[in-house]
Amino acid sequence: MGEVIVITSGKGGVGKTTTTANLGTGLALLGKRVVMVDTDIGLRNLDVVLGLENRIVYDLVDVVEGRCRLKQALIKDKRLENLYLLPANQTRDKTAVTRHQMMDLCDQLKEDFDFVLIDCPAGIEMGFKNAIAGAEKAVVVTTPEVAAVRDADRIIGLLEAAEMEAPRLIINRVRPDMVRRGDMMDIDDMLEILAIDLLGVVPEDEMIVVSTNKGEPAILDKRSRAGQAYHNISRRLLGEEVPLLNLEGNEGIVAKLRKLFGLG
Amino acid sequence: MLEFLLRFFGRETGSSKKVAKERLRLVLVHDRVGVSPHLLEALKEDLIKVISEYLEIDASGLEVSLSRENDTVALVANIPILRIKRTFKVGGEQSVTY
Repeated sequence: MGEVIVITSGKGGVGKTTTTANLGTGLALLGKRVVMVDTDIGLRNLDVVLGLENRIVYDLVDVVEGRCRLKQALIKDKRLENLYLLPANQTRDKTAVTRHQMMDLCDQLKEDFDFVLIDCPAGIEMGFKNAIAGAEKAVVVTTPEVAAVRDADRIIGLLEAAEMEAPRLIINRVRPDMVRRGDMMDIDDMLEILAIDLLGVVPEDEMIVVSTNKGEPAILDKRSRAGQAYHNISRRLLGEEVPLLNLEGNEGIVAKLRKLFGLG
Repeated sequence: MLEFLLRFFGRETGSSKKVAKERLRLVLVHDRVGVSPHLLEALKEDLIKVISEYLEIDASGLEVSLSRENDTVALVANIPILRIKRTFKVGGEQSVTY
């Protein structure tokens, strides 16, 4: 019996879809059978991030409305044998599925897969409620900004109210140079404010843009720092103890100069 | 120019992270109450219990809310008093009359 994990954030644009794509790929690379479900009905994106947009025949709404069998709607990843996507419908809205339908769907999927990753839409309305309905665990993605942390706090409260297992936090788009000069909240600041366990920290990485352009998750590119962070997080999801990525590793010329002058 | 050099070498003049944390802390006080209305309800019930030892109050007219002014958040309770008791308990034990 597999695990159903919802990836959520409240605020849009903090990296839920990128995180889902990379963790799904990461878990599949570690040999797990994984399915990613895009629940952002009307604004689907997970397909393009994974480069699978041309293969969609049926979608989530077709499944719940009985127009196809679940297996027919699952799209197999181009690169990995044991990775699948269940895409969202693009023409309907969040009311096209109900909480009960999502619960049934998750129950069916976890019979067949080790991990069911649910990519949650932004917001706290019906789309969010549907996305968390069938999940046992939650991962909250945030960035070190006031608005994103505020929304994450709200989401954590709602997950607790839904009697979900304590969610874990991914801090995305961290810029070590800005943290160092006191212009960005650091990991401890955010953990103190949100009072939640940390799952991982992902540095800001231009490769994410490049990988999204190509439709290939950054985790497949060994040079990507964010990809390395996602790889570590995938291992933590399997219960391994993996130390946090050394975010200082890929420092720029300014940081090197500062070290040289003993100001690092 | 000096400021630029300081910036360049990481001697930050003012840290905006502190501002971010402070603003977040304040905004979350409000948000968290909104997420759990139970908190204010429970607080209200306990307040009624405690205050009733000393004052006769109109429990139905009691209002409890958080109010925010500049950089502080305060708990504001509006409690209509019907009568002040002549006898009250001190420390829940002996009675004092005045």
